Amino acid sequence: MPAVSKGDGMRGLAVFISDIRNCKSKEAEIKRINKELANIRSKFKGDKALDGYSKKKYVCKLLFIFLLGHDIDFGHMEAVNLLSSNKYTEKQIGYLFISVLVNSNSDLIRLINNAIKNDLASRNPTFMNLALHCIANVGSREMAEAFASEIPRILVAGDTMDSVKQSAALCLLRLNRTSPDLVPMGEWTARVVHLLNDQHLGVVTAATSLITTLAQKNPDDFKTSVSLAVARLSRIVTSASIDLQDYTYYFVAAPWLSVKLLRLLQCYPPPEDAALRSRLTECLETILNKAQEPPKSKKVQHSNAKNAVLFEAIALIIHHDSEPTLLVRACNQLGQFLQHRETNLRYLALESMCTLASSEFSHEAVKTHMETVINALKTERDVSVRQRAVDLLYAMCDRSNAKQIVAEMLSYLETADYSIREEIVLKVAILAEKYAVDYTWYVDTILNLIRIAGDYVSEEVWYRVIQIVINRDDVQGYAAKTVFEALQAPACHENLVKVGGYILGEFGNLIAGDSRSSPLVQFNLLHSKFHLCSVPTRALLLSAYIKFINLFPEVKATIQDVLRSDSQLRNADVELQQRAVEYLRLSCIASTDILATVLEEMPPFPERESSILAKLKKKKGPGKLPDMDDSRRSVNGNTEHSENTDTTNKSSTHSFTDVLNLNSAPSSGANLLIDVFSESSASPAATEVSEENFPRFVCKNNGVIYENQLLQIGLKSEYRQNLGRMYVFYGNKTSTQFLSFSSSLNVHPKAVDPVIEGGAQMQQILNIECVSDFSDAPVLNIQFRYGGALQNIAVKLPVMLNKFFQPTEMTSQDFFQRWKQLGAPQQEVQKIFKAKHPMDTEVAKAKILGFGVALLDGVDPNPANFVGAGVVHTKTTQVGCLLRLEPNMQAQMYRLTLRTSRDSVSQRLCELLSEQF
Amino acid sequence: MMRFMLLFSRQGKLRLQKWFTSMSDREKKKIIRDMTTMVLARQPRSCNFMQWKDLKIVYKRYASLYFCLGVESQENELLALEIIHRYVELLDKYFGNVCELDIIFNFEKAYFILDEFLMGGEIQETSKQIVNRSIEASDMLQEDDSSEWYEVELFG
Repeated sequence: MPAVSKGDGMRGLAVFISDIRNCKSKEAEIKRINKELANIRSKFKGDKALDGYSKKKYVCKLLFIFLLGHDIDFGHMEAVNLLSSNKYTEKQIGYLFISVLVNSNSDLIRLINNAIKNDLASRNPTFMNLALHCIANVGSREMAEAFASEIPRILVAGDTMDSVKQSAALCLLRLNRTSPDLVPMGEWTARVVHLLNDQHLGVVTAATSLITTLAQKNPDDFKTSVSLAVARLSRIVTSASIDLQDYTYYFVAAPWLSVKLLRLLQCYPPPEDAALRSRLTECLETILNKAQEPPKSKKVQHSNAKNAVLFEAIALIIHHDSEPTLLVRACNQLGQFLQHRETNLRYLALESMCTLASSEFSHEAVKTHMETVINALKTERDVSVRQRAVDLLYAMCDRSNAKQIVAEMLSYLETADYSIREEIVLKVAILAEKYAVDYTWYVDTILNLIRIAGDYVSEEVWYRVIQIVINRDDVQGYAAKTVFEALQAPACHENLVKVGGYILGEFGNLIAGDSRSSPLVQFNLLHSKFHLCSVPTRALLLSAYIKFINLFPEVKATIQDVLRSDSQLRNADVELQQRAVEYLRLSCIASTDILATVLEEMPPFPERESSILAKLKKKKGPGKLPDMDDSRRSVNGNTEHSENTDTTNKSSTHSFTDVLNLNSAPSSGANLLIDVFSESSASPAATEVSEENFPRFVCKNNGVIYENQLLQIGLKSEYRQNLGRMYVFYGNKTSTQFLSFSSSLNVHPKAVDPVIEGGAQMQQILNIECVSDFSDAPVLNIQFRYGGALQNIAVKLPVMLNKFFQPTEMTSQDFFQRWKQLGAPQQEVQKIFKAKHPMDTEVAKAKILGFGVALLDGVDPNPANFVGAGVVHTKTTQVGCLLRLEPNMQAQMYRLTLRTSRDSVSQRLCELLSEQF
Repeated sequence: MMRFMLLFSRQGKLRLQKWFTSMSDREKKKIIRDMTTMVLARQPRSCNFMQWKDLKIVYKRYASLYFCLGVESQENELLALEIIHRYVELLDKYFGNVCELDIIFNFEKAYFILDEFLMGGEIQETSKQIVNRSIEASDMLQEDDSSEWYEVELFG
């Protein structure tokens, strides 16, 4: 029986709850519930009309059953009936049922909305509150449609009761979150902001929540709230603790409102008005000062509330990031908390310092706490605190302390909780790469990572170490020596075998001079691991073996024996068998020269964003990581294939590139079969040249030039004087292979890898030379088989004259002198055109810079105009170019004038640039 | 904002669930399962905060009941802890030395009190007096079922 029964306790409900609690087994409970459900159903269906009390009781029982975790598929109608009862207790249960159990039954929603409408219009504050709560609880679109215009009216009406205002504000907030398009604020904005001045602190608290959310979306509309919030905050902070009566919580004045006001202020930059700004600074200082005062109570509630305000104030200080003294004080305060006996405070101090570490004013101050944080990593009993310590070490890491931090993280990794190991591995790998001064340290660190936590080292991490070793000549010998030594361990992680196999296959020759690591020793060492490894690793090792045959002719016979063995040639795995057969054949028939060409050392990988950083970002979500500055972003993500084809060199060097591509999916024969029957649209009729995206590349070098359902072609290009290099990325968007893939340029034919795996990308490099000025762009023709159908695509490559620009800085005097020299009528081209895009100065500047010329300030007497200069480099000549762009805002027009020494150049550049605005 | 509040016993029995955003039943069940296992596995004297997906989890144990609050990442953890405490105080005041059984047998009351205190995932009224007064007022309405609302306005 109930321990306490307040109000008009429903006896039947209490008995039912007791029965359920007395059930000895799950089965008994289900039986009891089914009995009750049958009873309620018959009562609801019965001929006799139920009185309000019974209806309420049964609806309440259904609710209880639902909360036990059982499905309820009836009773909704009865609950809706209760809504229109004029007895408060019945109405209240009705609303509770709807709030907990509502589904998107639209008929019901209409009835519910009707009841809500009546209650909102009742002018009875208790009923209005129930109705507003129901809207906020359900928050569905239909409700937003029905009430979004009514609620602001209730909120700002002069005669609304305070408690209703509070409900209305939070109800509006909820609707704004679920259906922002339906909640137009416009006319109400000023009056809502004014609620910050309300007498009633409960109203102010609710209104501040609403305003903060609205201000996050439309900061400009709510700018006026800043001064009101500062004033309010200042009054609270300076009030004596008794002034606010019941809004004082354990001797702390209105902690909830204070925190909300501080949050609202975090939607804005520091106030520009000096008086306001100093008032806010005073508030923040007062809050920081209070932290040093002796506590007014020993209760944890007191210190929690006080520190809650303090942490929020620190968050605002960090957000403003403009007052060095406040930042340093904040950092010192957090430093004290790092050693506090309350675990909660240590946790929050670590968390808060993470954001502080990214501010230039406080980065050094944060670094002084490194020893404490390292100590926390070693001694904290709670894993979530240790996790924060790892985050903070990562955030405070820079060149000066990287070695120590990485070493500490590595040693922590040995005992770290399994749940956070992978993340630590990624962090160590990123820091090691980012702050590597000498790459031997980097290689050691990664090998250590694999040794300590091999299972948590993802593909990305070991791909990355290989990319870096391949791209850096200075570390290759060391890497070979180190992996060789690491592989000596009797038990080593499979990831180490992968790295070892790859690196020895490429650079084993660098250590072969030493008899302790002679070719045969290297091979035997690798092969001793072979049988313990998974299929992908074995495939990689086979590739390493064929590379050995090229590097070390003396072990050719040994390796051929291995390849010839039944366990390879007749391996059940088709990939392994294929490799063994092909490699064996290759080693037998190819001459040394061919072998050397085919098995050439891997070309350097293109620089790209570190794949591990991308992975960590994905894991942590955006915004959680400080930006890593030194990684250049590439158009596309991972390309494991890389093929170097040179337009100027006709012999296509088909270098050996399959080593990294371990996961070659079995070509799906099924798809091929199906497609034989489908109508093949393989008519290689004149394909239309796609130039849709061409103009987008005039002022930039990277992006997607072509995309259809099957294929995406991305470009990344770089130019220097009259030379350029373009990386073309072919991305297979399907899950099926593209076969017979070829691409040709209308200038030079050349080969690419004929197969692109499903979901994979292939890269092709084009080298470009500008021989003389030109206006036609090259066309790239692509042909491949997808399923049975032959696909033809032609894309106009964005190689334009302006790509060969070198910007030229010059003084105003020089500019006008040259401008006059280029005064012949055919040297100047002028065009007046309508703006196609919004006329934005910054965008225009970026476009002109992207076009390739230098922007010259202070040349044109009218500061709204743009003046630029550059030189177009071709193999034979250089063509100087001056340009001037005059925007006319009123007319939404531009006038572009170009002067160069060659009329064809002026003409072409003008055509290209005028299309961009 | 707060996303949800859960009350469960040391045995992992759910006693109260409040969701401040719409979620499918499956999602709710998953969250309930994750929260009970995570929170119950915590060592004593650990800190009261955890990271879970993109949410901060703030929890505290009162006698045999765990109160567990899921809040968005920009929320203030310490104050979330005090939201839990204030709710416990409100229950305490209403039931007089509240225990788990009170919440089991009067679950609807526990909901009504929560609704006076929180709304739409934000705190609605932080004053204990005001919340208590409005709860008492609605109880008066319950005891005198036939009374009309305006008679009770005296208490509101």
